[in-house]
Amino acid sequence: MTLGLVQQMSYGALYLYVGLFMLLVAGFVSAVLMLARMLSPSRRSASKSKVYETGESSVTDPWRPFPVRYYVFALLFLIFDVETAFLYPWAVIYRTLGVYGFVEMVVFVVILAAGLVYAWKKGALKWV
Amino acid sequence: MSAFVNALDQEPWRFIISLLAIIFLTLNVAAVLTFAERKVAGYIQLRYGPNRVGPRGVLQPMADVLKLFTKENLSPGRADVWVFLAAPIAMFIPAAVIWMVVPFAPKAVVTNLNIGLLFVVSTTSIGALGVVMAGYGSRSNFSLLGALRGAAQMISYEVPLILSLLGVIILTGSLSLVNVVNNQAGGFWHWYIWSQLPMFATFYIAGIAEVKRIPFDLPEGESEIVGGFMIEYSGMTWALIQASEFASMGLMSAITTTLFLGGWQPPFDFLDFGNFNWIWFGLKTAIIMFTFQWIRWSVPRLRMDQLMDFGWKFLVPLSLVWLFVTAAGTLIIH
Repeated sequence: MTLGLVQQMSYGALYLYVGLFMLLVAGFVSAVLMLARMLSPSRRSASKSKVYETGESSVTDPWRPFPVRYYVFALLFLIFDVETAFLYPWAVIYRTLGVYGFVEMVVFVVILAAGLVYAWKKGALKWV
Repeated sequence: MSAFVNALDQEPWRFIISLLAIIFLTLNVAAVLTFAERKVAGYIQLRYGPNRVGPRGVLQPMADVLKLFTKENLSPGRADVWVFLAAPIAMFIPAAVIWMVVPFAPKAVVTNLNIGLLFVVSTTSIGALGVVMAGYGSRSNFSLLGALRGAAQMISYEVPLILSLLGVIILTGSLSLVNVVNNQAGGFWHWYIWSQLPMFATFYIAGIAEVKRIPFDLPEGESEIVGGFMIEYSGMTWALIQASEFASMGLMSAITTTLFLGGWQPPFDFLDFGNFNWIWFGLKTAIIMFTFQWIRWSVPRLRMDQLMDFGWKFLVPLSLVWLFVTAAGTLIIH
């Protein structure tokens, strides 16, 4: 196997490594897009640059105030996402925490679960 | 020979080789899966599937790519072109970069990040960003609807996805995927799937929703909003979106394997092939991929309200309950 474990790096170097990797992958995709642009034909016309709406001309612009029902879910997601940001470190050192860690987690999760139950009872999770 | 290999194991060669290997892997996973998808669909529906290009049709993905390269890249006249073109890139990055932390064999991992799992979940969320960018940048009604649905679905199922990993973290005591796999050594009864069966089910279902496959493919529901968020894409931009969807499906299978099915660990100790244990990793990943396709061609699509209900009212409570059970169990055993 040519790929051994990465040599011991400092944290900064490691994240630089990952970040550079991401950038180069993005660069690769952009290169593919540019290559496709060079290889493919480009004959523009007015009807080709219309948006697709099952053959009709589009009369509305989607970039305008738009009733979105998903924002409650977005808020709930945010709460749970932040919660897991706290729970991950807790889970890593859970074995050394013992009963104290367990009780703390129960209190923490019950408060959050209460929030979910409240949203549920309020009908926030109900799809109209 | 070994001196040469050792030289390749030094920076910057190691970085370049890993980068090329991972891009090659991502594109090939996507190509093989597009072919396998149609072949499996064919056999499930008692027909042949693609069988014209090459022996039994195996060169079909190559023909598809060549065709798509020569197709015009259209974008709507009123679209925000930069956002429109950045969306495929934003969707491709998570599908490729997460392979960095996945251990393929005992010593084969690009970077053993000590926050591996956190890296996986945080990078997966970039995919949702790509969907929103595609839908909003197109400035088309169908694609905006698709993108909003996609965003709602992906963030809703990310919650059970993240919560279902907590059991594995508690049992391992580390976020590194290498440690997760090493902790499952010693035969298939040590794999986390047995003690974490509800978490495995949650992760598996939320994973299907996260990669937007039937029965959770509402962002692109063909029968109602035509192509959803990718309706305005054509040619290579469309091909890249499709490729990243298939690649992220392969990636999700690989992560499921790593977390719950022992990664490269062989099912019995006497089947240990040392550095060639990637065979086990590949085999298990392929089985999970096949079940994804099997589900796709057997199960009807959910409705949007059923989808949200299932995520928030079933999967989230289930994973919270099993988090308690795992925590209490670990406390009692130790």
